Amino acid sequence: MQHVCETPLTIEGALAAQASGETSALELTEAALARAEATASLNAWALVDADGARAQAEAIDMRRAAGEPLGPLAGVPIGVKDQICTKGLRTTAASKILENFVPPYDATVVSRLRQADAIIVGKLNQDEFAMGSSNERSLFGPAFNPHDGTRVPGGSSGGSAAAVAAGSCVASLGTDTGGSIRQPASFCGVVGLKPTYGRVSRWGAIAFASSLDQVGPLGRSVRDVAAVYGVIAGHDPLDSTSLTHAVEAPNYAVDGSLAGLRVGVPQEYFIDGIEPAVKASVDAALGQLEQLGATCVPVSLPHTEAAVATYYLLATAEASSNLSRYDGIRYGHRTSESVSDIGALYAKSRAEGFGDEVKRRIILGTFVLSSGYYDAFYLKAQKVRTLIRRDFDAAFADVDVLATPTSPVTAFKVGEHVTDPLQMYLMDIFTIPSSLAGNTSLNLPCGVDSAGLPIGLQLIAPPLGEARLLSIAERLERKLGNWGGR
Amino acid sequence: MAHSDWEAVIGLEIHVQLATSSKIFSAASAGFGERPNTSVDPVTLGMPGVLPVLNREVVELAMRLGLALGCTIDQSSRFARKHYFYPDLPKGYQISQFAAPICQGGEVRCVVDGEVLSFRLNRIHLEEDAGKNVHDQRNDRSLVDFNRAGVPLVEIVSEPDLRSAAHAVAYMKAVHQVVVALGVSDGNMERGNFRCDANVSVRRRGAKAYGTRTEVKNVNSFRFIGRAVTYEIDRQIGLIEAGGEVTQETRGWDDEAGITRSQRSKEEAYDYRYFPDPDLLPVVIDDAWLASVRATLPELPLDRWRRFQDELGLSAYDADVLTQSVERANYFEQVAKGAGDAKLASNWVTGELMAQLNRDGVALGDSPVAADALTELLGLVTAGTISAKMAKTCFQAMYHKGVSAKDWVAANGGQITDPAVIAEHVDTVIAANPGQVVQYLGGKEKLLGFFVGQVMKATRGKANPGQVNTVVRERLAAQKGDS
Repeated sequence: MQHVCETPLTIEGALAAQASGETSALELTEAALARAEATASLNAWALVDADGARAQAEAIDMRRAAGEPLGPLAGVPIGVKDQICTKGLRTTAASKILENFVPPYDATVVSRLRQADAIIVGKLNQDEFAMGSSNERSLFGPAFNPHDGTRVPGGSSGGSAAAVAAGSCVASLGTDTGGSIRQPASFCGVVGLKPTYGRVSRWGAIAFASSLDQVGPLGRSVRDVAAVYGVIAGHDPLDSTSLTHAVEAPNYAVDGSLAGLRVGVPQEYFIDGIEPAVKASVDAALGQLEQLGATCVPVSLPHTEAAVATYYLLATAEASSNLSRYDGIRYGHRTSESVSDIGALYAKSRAEGFGDEVKRRIILGTFVLSSGYYDAFYLKAQKVRTLIRRDFDAAFADVDVLATPTSPVTAFKVGEHVTDPLQMYLMDIFTIPSSLAGNTSLNLPCGVDSAGLPIGLQLIAPPLGEARLLSIAERLERKLGNWGGR
Repeated sequence: MAHSDWEAVIGLEIHVQLATSSKIFSAASAGFGERPNTSVDPVTLGMPGVLPVLNREVVELAMRLGLALGCTIDQSSRFARKHYFYPDLPKGYQISQFAAPICQGGEVRCVVDGEVLSFRLNRIHLEEDAGKNVHDQRNDRSLVDFNRAGVPLVEIVSEPDLRSAAHAVAYMKAVHQVVVALGVSDGNMERGNFRCDANVSVRRRGAKAYGTRTEVKNVNSFRFIGRAVTYEIDRQIGLIEAGGEVTQETRGWDDEAGITRSQRSKEEAYDYRYFPDPDLLPVVIDDAWLASVRATLPELPLDRWRRFQDELGLSAYDADVLTQSVERANYFEQVAKGAGDAKLASNWVTGELMAQLNRDGVALGDSPVAADALTELLGLVTAGTISAKMAKTCFQAMYHKGVSAKDWVAANGGQITDPAVIAEHVDTVIAANPGQVVQYLGGKEKLLGFFVGQVMKATRGKANPGQVNTVVRERLAAQKGDS
């Protein structure tokens, strides 16, 4: 069962076709809605707001007819991960505990999409509270991979990647804490960008691990991803960790070579256990970079091995704190059983509202922060995080970008790893270090394995290096041919 | 029990609500008296995806307080999360400061038995307040009002340097005076804007180690703190002398019963799992900001108290009364400066003015006699235009009828200072009272007052009493020479 969109539409194409009168925002929206229905078996959507999307599209068409100026994403159908708050539109983070939560506010990224006249088609499936690498742990049930319906789309932003690959939206928003945009992008053969920490506002994006969470775009091309990034990035006074630097646009040199570009290849990322097809495909992509004039040099990120452990200490610690607010008092799920005291109300409501993986992480994180363990775990992990960041600083003193596989494997079967959390955690081994360092990285499709499953190349740039990163990725994408050379 | 064998060790934690219009991490109103759950927004309610943004005014007020109390200001302090579950705590954690508070060290000076004592501070940190749980008895349900949640507080933590209930009362009063004088807080205790927790332990005099302490929570008046600490000291000494042990616990003060009661023991204590709040950056205070706040610090009440004694020659008692509020001290200083006589100004402000205001329950700010009006009145007194006695009558007219002192003098006439007129009145009185003259001359000199009084009466109080006194003496002495 294949659900990959065969007639991909780009943002540029959608804008041009509307400008020429060839199509309208409403037609584009109807096409996306029809595609969502035709690919409903993927379970990529947590909520399709068909009426709302049509109303937005009609309003844009009317404004266009009236000759009003329109925003840079006018009429472009976009999906939003259910982790991100949408005013008046149910937002659950795929958790029973927020089953009926309707935010009275938009996330900053959503209000920026609306200001850019994008069409918000609906909310996308994900792992509960963005905790997972397979989109199997969701209030809405698992999402499936458009390339092979028996396989996972990756996670946690599985719906965001699957919907883009399936063509039920042109682009989408995901969130990435340890790889949750890049890994599903890799599994579904789309482009996904994790911006620099602080580059995109977190206001309204439901927190998993606050020091790592970033919202970012997924799309079918680097240019599409860059266009959405250009809209959502930039300082937001509602987020204290938001950076104030100006957002630079990428520069797409028509026939530009990459002469002089130094690409670092971290030796620690080419480990045993990496699938041969993945290694071969990534090696081939490195060859293409060299053909474009770049120089690939081996570099070392010596603390890579400690990254997964460090991440699971810090991310769970922050998650245990962030998820304390779901107590059934003010909103969200409250047990219907009669309880004797307030403690029982909390325990019952939370036991019923959270899934197993979320509970596992809350318990782990609570332990990490507990009196007597804080120094040994939380503080030590913070120190290792600093060492990992320094690894990148040292590497970037010598090279412009780093190139690695995004995931050691291609999309696996639904249910294959779901009973083994530790193995699932190791899926993020290549994406976690960049999250810990807070720099920017993206997934670029670079090939397929023998089963036709997409393979992704991860490119990592120094903090605030998005414009450069996107320019390089766009050049390589053209060289590889869109869709990773297929 | 012999209290002289024992020494109390007391440390106070005072929570002060900062005088800002909005909350510490959101734009919601920090006002009081709103309908329940109306001064709230998504941040106050801890809704999904919301983020705190620090109100800079809060930092400025904490700096002001810290600088005034001689604290070291941390130019890169941090917020931490303090975790516990309670319905009035929206996020499941309180944003507070833990490892790096904004102010460290410093001291609170206060007057105990006329002596200035200094008590060391441990720290002052910023935090957000919680909401309020209300039990609805009629419907047997619990309700929460989040209006107070997110209201900015500073917690002022002393070192365990206090040794008596008197110290505790003086310390709490001094802190209250300072926060109000600085404009850091309105200090309103009824509204819970100034609340105190007392850590109390006892040890044998001379012992080095501290005893086991108890924490008496929410002692929200100067009277209660004195009673609660006294009770707790007696209770602990009694317990130990009876062979028992003090349990480390949290206790509450029951003012009606006049006792403290156990609320929560150490075994039930929370593990707060503090860690730095990743949603908030370090609070960076640059040198220029620090200097600008320092430059606008007013004189502290205790410094003013000293200056009123040293420079203006007031008694410690009067200086204390006058420095009870900044408003009162300012009023006094304006009058003292204008009238050119600090003692006179002090007597009037602490005497006539305050007595009248207290009688009527009127605040100084609403006084019908403003500082410049009183200054004018005292100017007439020092110039001799009216006597002190006349001034009191004039003051009543000013206070109740709103007339100015000058207008009053114009209408009622000034003091009689013409020697010839005074002499005429004195002669008349002497001539009319021959019996008293004989007695006076016979040695009953107390009768001098009688003659002066008669002259004052005859002039309806307008004769200059000093002059009358002199002339009465002269004239009576002349009578003696005649006889």
